[in-house]
Amino acid sequence: MLTLDKLQIDQSGFRLTADLNVATGARVAVLGPSGAGKSTLLACIAGFLAPTSGRVLWNETDITATDPGKRPLSIVFQDNNLFPHLSVAQNVALGISPALKLRPEDRARVDASLSRVGLADLANRKPGALSGGQQSRVALARVLLRDKPLLLLDEPFAALGPSLKADMLDLVQDITAGAGTTVLMVTHDPRDAQRFAEQTILVANGVAAPPVATPDLFADPPAALRDYLE
Amino acid sequence: MADRAQPLGLWSGLFATALVLAVTLGTLGAVAFRAEGVLRLQPSDWAAIRFTVVQAALSALISVALAIPLARALARRRFAGRRVLVTLLGAPFILPVIVAVLGLLAVFGRNGLVSVALGWIGLGPVQIYGLHGVVLAHVFFNMPLATRLILQGWLAIPAERLRLGASLGFTPRDMFRTLELPMLRATVPGALVVIFLICTSSFAVALALGGGPRATTVELAIYQAFRFDFDLSKAAALALVQFAIGATAAALAYRIALPSGIGSGLDRQPRHWGIGHWALRVQDGVVILFAAAFLLTPLLMIVLKGAPGLFSLPQSVLLAAMRSVLVALASAILTLLVALPMALLIQRSRGAARGLIETAGYLTISASPLVLGTGLFILIFPFADPFLLALPVTALVNALMALPFVLRAILPALRDTEADFGRLADSLALTGMARLRLLILPRLRRPLGFAAGLSAALSMGDLGVVALFADPARATLPLQLYRLMAAYRMDDAAAAALLLLAASLALFWLFDRGGRMHADT
Repeated sequence: MLTLDKLQIDQSGFRLTADLNVATGARVAVLGPSGAGKSTLLACIAGFLAPTSGRVLWNETDITATDPGKRPLSIVFQDNNLFPHLSVAQNVALGISPALKLRPEDRARVDASLSRVGLADLANRKPGALSGGQQSRVALARVLLRDKPLLLLDEPFAALGPSLKADMLDLVQDITAGAGTTVLMVTHDPRDAQRFAEQTILVANGVAAPPVATPDLFADPPAALRDYLE
Repeated sequence: MADRAQPLGLWSGLFATALVLAVTLGTLGAVAFRAEGVLRLQPSDWAAIRFTVVQAALSALISVALAIPLARALARRRFAGRRVLVTLLGAPFILPVIVAVLGLLAVFGRNGLVSVALGWIGLGPVQIYGLHGVVLAHVFFNMPLATRLILQGWLAIPAERLRLGASLGFTPRDMFRTLELPMLRATVPGALVVIFLICTSSFAVALALGGGPRATTVELAIYQAFRFDFDLSKAAALALVQFAIGATAAALAYRIALPSGIGSGLDRQPRHWGIGHWALRVQDGVVILFAAAFLLTPLLMIVLKGAPGLFSLPQSVLLAAMRSVLVALASAILTLLVALPMALLIQRSRGAARGLIETAGYLTISASPLVLGTGLFILIFPFADPFLLALPVTALVNALMALPFVLRAILPALRDTEADFGRLADSLALTGMARLRLLILPRLRRPLGFAAGLSAALSMGDLGVVALFADPARATLPLQLYRLMAAYRMDDAAAAALLLLAASLALFWLFDRGGRMHADT
């Protein structure tokens, strides 16, 4: 279970507070207007941004001061998810060993995860030779190998077309469902939330509200969501 | 947060910074200790101080005065060869001083092209030795630099403003008053100060074209006190004076534009309007032709005069060339070994600490090679024969002199790398050596190659500290070339100059090219 305990984040005059729990294995959309602090919230959970006060906990363990790379999570950013000077296979293998020290069985796992996202043929390409959708798949192949219990998606598919985005969301569901991964996905598109997420955290007016069931939220939207939808 | 996640470069960075401080401030301390009071300065020393300031001021003024029309012509005209000319403006930076001096002698010397041409119309030969020779050589080196700095300002005028001016019917004069003059007010002082700073520590030019009581710089006076009078105290006192001049100029230049490299971003050229009048076109054309001739003829003369003797060079020259290449390679490696840890440390530091480390990196700008050399001599002398260490000392001093430019090349790229990929690397726990190997070195390939090339070329052509330390058995190529010139063996000198020119350019090209090849961006 992810716990944000009386979390307060201050960033150059902007303040965001969060006091909520996310159940293990839940798929949760983080929804709100742009500039509301969705990405800030994720950056804080991922460890790139220190909160002014409050704690971040995973299964009752305080990870507020843990290095980003040592937290039990993977994050996929809006862009720059791949190192352009490393091959696709190397980018994926970083999920096993950050120093790229690979045993033969590790290489097999890299190949397997690339097959899983449908990119087995492109292992030796550089990211620059890939389309946007393919690049997202490489990032997801690495998420698969890192095998962390929490996955943060910071609008990684925002630049993709509607059908490609749907494909990616299906792929995320596919690779996380089996492992019971908890997923937090930032989006400004209510349809993404409705299609993908059982629950939604609404971020508006400086507050990240506790998650509520997505259908309930849209059946009876609170004022902040109504303003945003209209 | 990101700081905590990447302890990379802390200790190596502190060590590199300590080394730089030890060599710069340590040598200065040795010099101050040995100087036994600046009071002993004699009239000839004051003359050297006066000459240093006067020639530097004249060089700066003339360089900038010539650079303004050239920069304007390059900013508003498009013509075949513009790119080549702009690239060429970066070349003097890695051009060995002594080679350029020889080329200038071939054009402006007693038997040079200009003197010959004047002889046809019954005028006497030009006299190049003395103040005007020193200033001429400095203008040759720094007019291109000034042009690049001012051209940057010109190209930074937004295209929209030029368009707005054109739509309001601005004449070139209106354009100048409204847009160009404010830009010049912002860029010219910086260019003046930087060139003044560079010229105050001029040694090789003064050695070759100056000399005598009326044309001796402080750097040259240090050399003379050292080599001819064997008066270490006097050399040290003069070194203190030189440092004071350099530090004053550097304080002036603080946070003003320093030359940031070669060939970056001067291609993008906004369109200018209302410049079609034939008089303006002729004016710009003449300016460009004269500048190209001024810069290219000396180099062409080196090639023409040096080529015949290139394959019959004496063995002493070839050996010197080999020593020079080794020194240049050592210097390039050393620069990177110091600059990279320092850059990593600067990148991860904040506030005052960051400012201090950066200042340490740029400190060598105000410390001249001969001041460092004098200090190192004083420090080494009690323990070992400094002449035996001539080449390692040369490599070390050259590495430190290149450090400010190398840091300027590396730091922006490092900042971009951390901005683009720092979080990704953090989230993947890419730390320590793995981060260096997998992220930083690959991303910094281009600036590192450029920096190594710059450092190697600067070191290859350097005639400074080695003149203090080296005996004939340990001469580098520039020193050997100077000796050939002093012995009036001009054919051998020309061939050696061509070899030196080729070696410097080749070293720069190889490293720079190596950094660019297969660099995926």
